[in-house]
Amino acid sequence: MATDTIAPGPEAPAPLSPARAKIEQKTLRTDRWWLSPLLTLLVLVAFIFYATFRAFQNADYYADGLISPFYSPCLATSCVPDSALGGFTPFGSWWALSPALLILIFPLGFRMTCYYYRKAYYRAFWQSPPACAVAEPHGKYTGETRFPLILNNAHRWFFYAGLIFNVILTWDGILAFRNGAGQWGHMSVGTLVLLANATLLWLYSLSCHSCRHAIGGRLKHFSKHPVRYKGWTLVSKLNHKHMLFAWVSLFGVALADAYVALVANGTFSNPTFF
Amino acid sequence: MGYKGKFKVWRGDASGGDLTDFEVEVNEGEVVLDVIHRLQATQAPDMACRWNCKAGKCGSCSAEINGKPRLMCMTRMSTFEEDETVTVTPLRTFPVIKDLVTDVGFNYTKGREVKSFTPPADLKPGEYRMQQIDVERSQEFRKCIECFLCQNTCHVVRDHEENKVAFAGPRYLMRVAELDMHPLDTADRKNAAQEEHGLGYCNITKCCTEVCPEHIHITDNALIPMKERVVDKKYDPLVWLGSKIRRRSSSDA
Repeated sequence: MATDTIAPGPEAPAPLSPARAKIEQKTLRTDRWWLSPLLTLLVLVAFIFYATFRAFQNADYYADGLISPFYSPCLATSCVPDSALGGFTPFGSWWALSPALLILIFPLGFRMTCYYYRKAYYRAFWQSPPACAVAEPHGKYTGETRFPLILNNAHRWFFYAGLIFNVILTWDGILAFRNGAGQWGHMSVGTLVLLANATLLWLYSLSCHSCRHAIGGRLKHFSKHPVRYKGWTLVSKLNHKHMLFAWVSLFGVALADAYVALVANGTFSNPTFF
Repeated sequence: MGYKGKFKVWRGDASGGDLTDFEVEVNEGEVVLDVIHRLQATQAPDMACRWNCKAGKCGSCSAEINGKPRLMCMTRMSTFEEDETVTVTPLRTFPVIKDLVTDVGFNYTKGREVKSFTPPADLKPGEYRMQQIDVERSQEFRKCIECFLCQNTCHVVRDHEENKVAFAGPRYLMRVAELDMHPLDTADRKNAAQEEHGLGYCNITKCCTEVCPEHIHITDNALIPMKERVVDKKYDPLVWLGSKIRRRSSSDA
């Protein structure tokens, strides 16, 4: 590959070995290698715009006992009545911004440091590389050896925080078995939406590579830990579908939020089964 | 039924070269390596290519076919349209010797840099005792045929010659992971992976896994678990504290 065939990046490319085969094209791939990173880019950008808008909107996040996953747990006094879990508002009244901003760093951090999403955004956003055997445009590459990308090693901490959120969002789904007046024994489409969202988030979290490591991957002797080995085996099966769960749970969160928002702003009423 | 296939094959050496057009007979059931051999036999007797087993097990005939790193012997001609021009070039990451043959010595250098299996000092060969479930994880990595397609595809060295010093590449980071998972290995592989073999350069974009002809899950089963083990050792204060309190290293369990 000739050095002058790499598109100019932020820094001048270091010279490749002069002994490499001199092939001018950046890639000779004839398939649509650009399609996958392009779709990833479009979907993630759309989600970022939607999530940013909803996080700052500070409205339409609670109705009929349903709370949006973007705002749960709602930890400020400014939360709409009944939306704070058990009335727990440790941030009090001094927090004047949207309460979603207090908590979104955790799910955001979990996905930003996720081993699957790293692949997705390194390819789609940073083009490092855009696709396999397609030259990247950057002159220099240090990967995750230094700040800020070395922070991706904190993935397990966001995973642990994510588990707490999953418990809370599951409880939100259980609370949705109440009607708007707070009486138990009722069920609506919103109940199914919140429970489906929580289920997808559990699948995404439990299929995580850090989970796989924590539950047993870090061991050298599976034979000494039969229960953890069994757990590792189960998580490994889920881990094969981590990419699928990553996407589906992302859509699930957005759709659950959109459902609550549409109910809250009166676009339609939450249909009840009983 | 045979047909006349259109090929572009890179011909040249370190001083320069170019894609050369060929039209050559292609028969049913053939692979790209068959066609390259027919070119040698009928049109270009001095065309260099490396091959041995023709069965996808020796890892010799690695090349880039229509831009994708593949084994020539495992790439069926039936996967191409009859009117499609098939481009065959040498591996881009390594110095070319002649035509489709490259010098893959970089990989052997990196292989030698990995400290060999280190059993406990008081254990002699013949005294090793292990249970199957303790070794089966790393047995997947032993399927590697050292075709070096993963090494060639990894952008860390493919696009950045300067990283060849610091980065061992997926094949040898997988070797480090294999040894770290070995129930009898006692060497410190975690610090070595990060500081000597450049694991931090890997940004897990999975190209090594995509091109592996043995379908080894290099990223999911070797590189990411190794990254997590490095986090245990270098970036997780809780694991560090636990290892101090319980007086055992995180890898002993």
